[in-house]
Amino acid sequence: MIRVVLPPHLRKLARVEREVQLDVEGPVTLCSVLDALEARYPMLRGTIRDHVTQRRRSFVRFFACQEDMSHEPPDAPLPDAVATGAEPFLIVGAMSGG
Amino acid sequence: MSRVRVLVGTRKGAFVLESDGTRGRWDVSGPHFGGWEIYHLKGSPAEPNRLYVSQGTSWFGQLIQRSNDGGKTWEPVGNRFVYDGVTGTHLWYDGTPHPWEFARVWHLEPSPTDPDTIYAGVEDAALFRSTDGGQTWQELPGLRNHESASSWQPGAGGMCLHTILLDPKERERIFVAISSAGTFRTDDAGKTWRPINRGLRSEQLPNPTAEVGHCVHRIAMHRSRPGVLFMQKHWDVMRSDDAGASWQEVSGNLPSDFGFPIDVHAHEPETIYVVPIKSDSEHYPPEGKLRVYRSRTGGHEWEALTNGLPQRDCYVNVLRDAMAVDALDPCGVYFGTTGGQVYASADAGDRWAPIVRDLPAVLSVEVQSLP
Repeated sequence: MIRVVLPPHLRKLARVEREVQLDVEGPVTLCSVLDALEARYPMLRGTIRDHVTQRRRSFVRFFACQEDMSHEPPDAPLPDAVATGAEPFLIVGAMSGG
Repeated sequence: MSRVRVLVGTRKGAFVLESDGTRGRWDVSGPHFGGWEIYHLKGSPAEPNRLYVSQGTSWFGQLIQRSNDGGKTWEPVGNRFVYDGVTGTHLWYDGTPHPWEFARVWHLEPSPTDPDTIYAGVEDAALFRSTDGGQTWQELPGLRNHESASSWQPGAGGMCLHTILLDPKERERIFVAISSAGTFRTDDAGKTWRPINRGLRSEQLPNPTAEVGHCVHRIAMHRSRPGVLFMQKHWDVMRSDDAGASWQEVSGNLPSDFGFPIDVHAHEPETIYVVPIKSDSEHYPPEGKLRVYRSRTGGHEWEALTNGLPQRDCYVNVLRDAMAVDALDPCGVYFGTTGGQVYASADAGDRWAPIVRDLPAVLSVEVQSLP
């Protein structure tokens, strides 16, 4: 079970609480976690990564285990603590005013 | 008695304001989608409780929301706006080529007859259409593929397609306006387009009378007479009596002919409204006086409407999509400001009062007249 923490705007959009839990088949990577998240909450498509290029939106960052995972390759494995559910995978809106 | 529903898009959410036909007391609902920029929301003329919303932020991009109950509940629908085919370049602010990139939906225009058909004008400029209630969107690429498109440049707000007028008589005719490319018309439902900017003059261009490149801020028509168009350009208020084939300036005695919105009285096709703004670098009313100007002669002769509007120390702006009229008699006129006020007049502009005073900056105002 993968734990994912969404930023407040996306929680409201998906109508969920702070943390959601996902089953991810196969290797636990940035890509597979986001695929599972978007499959379960289709309204999040396009809000975290581009519909076509799948690139992360500029003002969105990915954190886990106190590390910035934003620039990891999409198919690189996430830390074991995320894969086992011991630690959450954090999707964060940049601290950039507004 | 008729009712009126005013749909307000702001920098931090949407608001729905409702009144009975007296337009004296208002119920305010919102913010809907608090914290998100709402560039525009508009109801379907064919099914007035069907509303569409353009919702976005720079963090999480573009969303489209839909309501089937007049704004009580909402559901996100499709937000996949992908240009059709290879995208070329347009000119950037510095005059160098820049790739076409989708940024946001500026304007939503529902079909007058089908609640599931809706057009979206987007930045970077292109026209999209949905025929399934907003679930999926397809570009009408003929516009973006026009031979002049590589020379289009953004206005200060971005290179946006901000106005869509569906001709109520010629069903395959659509007018659009782009900042800062100008006005375009299709007569074959979007397959082919031609610029309709003859008569416009913009001193900011190397060739002031060029076929494209004009910063058209808004165009408007009266439904009974769609061949007559009115335009608020960057500078100059214009009119066309031949569906855009040629334009004449009608700024007349306006204190400034710079501004953003322009609209037409619901029952008098020659009565039009603008809000003069001091200049392109001073986006506030001349002399700190917020004045709507009305012409009852289709331009040239204008009268200031000031009753109920601040006449000192007022330095707000009124953006291009932030004025609308209702269909009641007498005609109601509404506009919103960057200071968060929405003003209403229930007597065609003679007297004004704020419906709300302290919203976030208003980006758009639309009005529905309900049975």
